Amino acid sequence: MMPGSEDLAALLITLKLAALSTAILLLLGTPLAWWLGRSRWRYKFLLEAVIALPLVLPPTVLGFYLLILLGPNGPVGALMQGLGARPLAFTFPGLVIGSVFYSMPFVVQPLQTAFAAIGEKPLEAAATLRAAPWDRFLTVALPLARPGFLTAAVLGFAHTLGEFGVVLMIGGNIPGVTQVLSIAIYDHVEALEYAQAHWLSGGLLIFSFLLLLAVYALNRRFTGLRP
Amino acid sequence: MTIDVRFRLRRGDFTLDIDLSLPEKGITALFGPSGCGKTTLLRAIAGLEGKCEGSLRIGNVPWQDERHFLPPHKRAVGYVFQEAGLFPHLSVRGNIAYGLNRVAKSERRISLERAVDLLDIGHLLERRPQHLSGGEAQRVAIARALAANPSLLLMDEPLAALDAARKREILPLLAALQRELSLPVLYVSHARDEIAQLADHLVLMEDGRVRASGALNSLFTRLDLGLSQGPETESVIEATVTGHDPEYALTYMDFPGGRFAVAHNGLPPGQKTRLQILARDVSLTLKRQHGTSILNIFPATVEEMRPDGPAQVTVRLLIGPVPVLARITRKSAVELGIEPGMSVHAQIKSVALLS
Repeated sequence: MMPGSEDLAALLITLKLAALSTAILLLLGTPLAWWLGRSRWRYKFLLEAVIALPLVLPPTVLGFYLLILLGPNGPVGALMQGLGARPLAFTFPGLVIGSVFYSMPFVVQPLQTAFAAIGEKPLEAAATLRAAPWDRFLTVALPLARPGFLTAAVLGFAHTLGEFGVVLMIGGNIPGVTQVLSIAIYDHVEALEYAQAHWLSGGLLIFSFLLLLAVYALNRRFTGLRP
Repeated sequence: MTIDVRFRLRRGDFTLDIDLSLPEKGITALFGPSGCGKTTLLRAIAGLEGKCEGSLRIGNVPWQDERHFLPPHKRAVGYVFQEAGLFPHLSVRGNIAYGLNRVAKSERRISLERAVDLLDIGHLLERRPQHLSGGEAQRVAIARALAANPSLLLMDEPLAALDAARKREILPLLAALQRELSLPVLYVSHARDEIAQLADHLVLMEDGRVRASGALNSLFTRLDLGLSQGPETESVIEATVTGHDPEYALTYMDFPGGRFAVAHNGLPPGQKTRLQILARDVSLTLKRQHGTSILNIFPATVEEMRPDGPAQVTVRLLIGPVPVLARITRKSAVELGIEPGMSVHAQIKSVALLS
């Protein structure tokens, strides 16, 4: 049995979710990682621990709290309703928010390591060569952190592709709206439709492997650029 | 015109406390042991040490005072670090153009081509910094700093990471640079030979403070500073080539105290040179000696004396207006009755051409 139209919808939602979450994470994660990689604030470790939580927490726990927070009776949900908007639970935007939290460490940590590895020296050299702070960031820090960005983007994307617990808790399993690939696979297995489950699982396996292969190959090329 | 520097900053239990006025031309060497604050001072001048108490004025241009602090990228400095610190993601050309591109067209006096020519690195332009040797990388770093069209060049031990051969290759380039561009240079070093060869002005630092500041030879020949102790005690004299004696293959060089005759060196008349005289190569006689093989004998006045170890005495002489050190044995000093104010003759056995 080939995958059906619902599976195709799940695939599209998954890709959209992963792409959007990765984009948001790179936008939010870059300044956060820049600050974490360079700040000497003594309580920095508190923030680092919070960001790393999704690495060890069961995804259902994270999903559960997000559901409480975003649901119609939660503080954020109530606020949204008060403003005349729909609560985010069981919607695609809700899913994106859940994914952003869930994949945060996979994006922030490689970026933070990359920024910290640059050190002060190239940036000071740029400063003495008339480059303003933004200019230094764009023309020195970003190019030198390129391997970190590649790793961060691919890990963020691949990790979001495979998420299950958070999505189930906060997005439910609404076909065509919040049903993602990993849940579709679970449904097929529950229904003993192993052929479809094989198609989707195998596809995900090969795709993820190729993605990581590309990262490691490219990073090997970039490492020659390290200062 | 002067460079006026006044800084007071604390880093842990180290305090830098500087109040200096430096000439706005030539090479000024900051000399002193490691940890005396030379690098911190240079960084503070570049604005890299963050806001700190003090003031800084380059000629007419204030860079920092009680109320204003120009951030590093708005200070017209060129900074050459101890390690070249080139941008690994840019080619050599990209590195040199980096600062130049950020200078307004109307303010560019040194072009990329000029900087490249001065450092003789035309053949390296398309290379990546990873494929340069240490000496090549440092030359690129100097060109990069020059191309940023600085009004003050800061060099932090630029040769310290290089071996002796590379050093000999770059030192003359630095001296030539100074002649070609009228750019004031602050040069941090703890290598005395580099300073003897390059510096016009010397700032002696110790524990975050300035111990002494003045013209190179006036500090080299001061007996109270420690520069005049040890085997390499020397005087450094500026002279001008005035002529040659083809019969004996000699070159004559004039300095304010007289005329040196040295083995022919092929330099054209008018060429400015820098001569090194080791204190141990200078001996004293009461009367002008005849029947000696020594060519360079000058009348001199004894200014000051200081024992150097149990057996030796360092004597500061004035040959005309020029101070020169002599190292003699204490026994000779006693037997000749040498004391300050006396007229003597200085016999200079050997003169080395530094540049």
